[in-house]
Amino acid sequence: MSDEPVTGVQSILPEGTQPTPMLPKGLKRVPSGVDQLATEHLILNVGPQHPSTHGVLHMLVELDGEEVIAAEADIGFLHRGIEKLAESRRYHQMGTILDRADYVSGFHTETAFALATEKLAEIEVPRKASWIRSLVMELNRCASHYVWLGPVGMDAGAMAPFLYLMREREMILDVLEAISGSRMMFNYVRPGGVVRDLPAGIDAPLRAWLAIADKYLGETEDLLGGNEIFRARMKGVGVIAPETALAFGMSGACLRSSGIDFDLRKARPYCAYGEIDFDVPLGTVGDAFDRYKVRVEEIHQSVRIVRQLLDGMPEGEHTSKVAKALRPPAGEVYAAVESPRGELGIHLISDGGPTPYRLRLRSPAYYNLGVADELLAGGLIADMIVSLGSLDIVLGEIDR
Amino acid sequence: MSLFLAILLRFVGLVALLLVNGVVLIYMLRKVLARLHLRIGPNRTGPWGLLQTTADVAKLLTKEDLRATPTDRLLFNTAPYLVFVPAFMAYIPIALSPVLVAAHLDTGPLFVFAVLSMVPLGVVMAGWASNSKWSLIGGMRAAGLQIAYEVPLLLSALGPVMIAGSLDPLRIVAAQSGTWLGFIPRWFVLPQIVAFFIYAIASQAETQQTPFDMSEAESELICGFSNEYGGMRFGFLYLAEFSNMFIASAVGTLLFFGGWQLPWVATPLWLAPIVFIVKVYIGIYFMMWARGSLPRFRMDQLLGFAWKVLIPVSLVWVVLSGVVIRLVSR
Repeated sequence: MSDEPVTGVQSILPEGTQPTPMLPKGLKRVPSGVDQLATEHLILNVGPQHPSTHGVLHMLVELDGEEVIAAEADIGFLHRGIEKLAESRRYHQMGTILDRADYVSGFHTETAFALATEKLAEIEVPRKASWIRSLVMELNRCASHYVWLGPVGMDAGAMAPFLYLMREREMILDVLEAISGSRMMFNYVRPGGVVRDLPAGIDAPLRAWLAIADKYLGETEDLLGGNEIFRARMKGVGVIAPETALAFGMSGACLRSSGIDFDLRKARPYCAYGEIDFDVPLGTVGDAFDRYKVRVEEIHQSVRIVRQLLDGMPEGEHTSKVAKALRPPAGEVYAAVESPRGELGIHLISDGGPTPYRLRLRSPAYYNLGVADELLAGGLIADMIVSLGSLDIVLGEIDR
Repeated sequence: MSLFLAILLRFVGLVALLLVNGVVLIYMLRKVLARLHLRIGPNRTGPWGLLQTTADVAKLLTKEDLRATPTDRLLFNTAPYLVFVPAFMAYIPIALSPVLVAAHLDTGPLFVFAVLSMVPLGVVMAGWASNSKWSLIGGMRAAGLQIAYEVPLLLSALGPVMIAGSLDPLRIVAAQSGTWLGFIPRWFVLPQIVAFFIYAIASQAETQQTPFDMSEAESELICGFSNEYGGMRFGFLYLAEFSNMFIASAVGTLLFFGGWQLPWVATPLWLAPIVFIVKVYIGIYFMMWARGSLPRFRMDQLLGFAWKVLIPVSLVWVVLSGVVIRLVSR
């Protein structure tokens, strides 16, 4: 057994230079130890081009046969420098780049930024604007959970639910397109309110979706959660203890499935959530199946919220008057929303200029992925794929 | 007709059956899965997309024959044939009608299972020779899976064979003619219902389809043992998979569903192959249905299921039906 790094490039390096270890700490090519054979552990590169790494995640996995001994997530393949780019954008332009951070639920990043700016510049937001924000965020949450639920089924080998859920997601995206003008890159929520009022006649397609949402989701639940094989694959896999979840700063459904009741919509109500009635589903065991159950129930709750928002949508202005070249006073604020993945925060520092001095995105999936090293070791390859999928990672947001 | 010509004609007939089956089955799989998935499936090439698979075969045939340098040349090149040839040989004793059979073997089903048990060898070879970790894991999985499920597959075939008192496909089918009580077709699926379910599950595993598609396991191993293959070598591996589907369904039809016979009425000789093919394709449709709607097992659950559930159940069933058959025949 040797702790030395693999030094294949030693020969071509200048004398005295130490090669960068090719294997991260923790992964070793050691004898397998299963039997007396001269076998050794296998180091497997999973991704960045792999069907189940949900984007461009690279995993280094140490395998003993099918068993995962150690795993390490390697991120950064989708880094676009969004935080740096934000320093050269005016406040009303920020939506375009922030949409591209968490590309599955752009409204949440936009709203978090708008809330931060409003806090900094002390802008009043009309009640209707808050309600519209909540509406589009909840719709976006459903779309995002659909696009999590489908692929997690595919990770477990079931193709059909994915395509069924795409049908419902398409209905939501059509509504969001009618509201904002774009299917995913919305750029709709601005400091002070939203760009446009809700278009006339948006009620009909929304109600059409509300009418089928619970029923169709129930069918998908029968196909996945009601399936013996799916349950066997998810139960007891990827268990996260509450202490572990807290220690890694996890949030969102991953945290709640471990039994910790923390939802920003309840804990620190923003937009319209203070006036809305909804439940926060909690898990008990903290395994992949709990995360599945929590997210599915969250969709049902979102449907409930959307119904209330639609029924009680107030009259009035959709935005307050905000200067185009907004110059918030020098200062520092943090605002966060409950994105589909957890606490999505914007930490904003202004020096009084027309652009932020520094913008930092607290991306929930980044913290949720942090637990991967702990989570994946000890399972089989198939467990690894399911556990990783159950975390709901979006690489655009992790790498930023 | 000279002996040589007769053999040649049969050979050509088998190749034609296999190729046509492959092309039709791939088209059928695409359309069936598309219907299950709320998709449309191929519809651009030819009427209703009928020529899509033909175009795909043409593409595979004309593709550059690539082999990565670190692969083991001999094994890499041989493996597809080791998978394909048994699949081809398994067609030999399949009787489409009392007369339409390549070679009349007294031990028909046994021969099929025997040649198909060579397939894991080729799969492991492909996985090993590819010199890719993904392929290696896929090959190992396929071997473990096929060995585990071959046992219940064989045992489940024993029941019908015991009732018919023969391994000869013609006699097995002949034993299924007529009716019980005047209206129930005398198909072995009824007295052997447990054996039939074991056969259906095990053959789904043998043909490596969801929920048993361990060796491919797209979301885990990308493409499993055939990862490094391209062109017609991949085509052979792929074709073998579909031809195995046909074989599994055909043997199932012979053993459990009365072969080429229509229920209640006597089947004219010219109609027999058509009835047989229709029955086989109905069986394949159900296999595809399962493939389109079920998630995948994990490897340990899969092996546990085979060794701890399927094999004991089929052993008990064999003993039970043996005793009952003996008592009834007295």
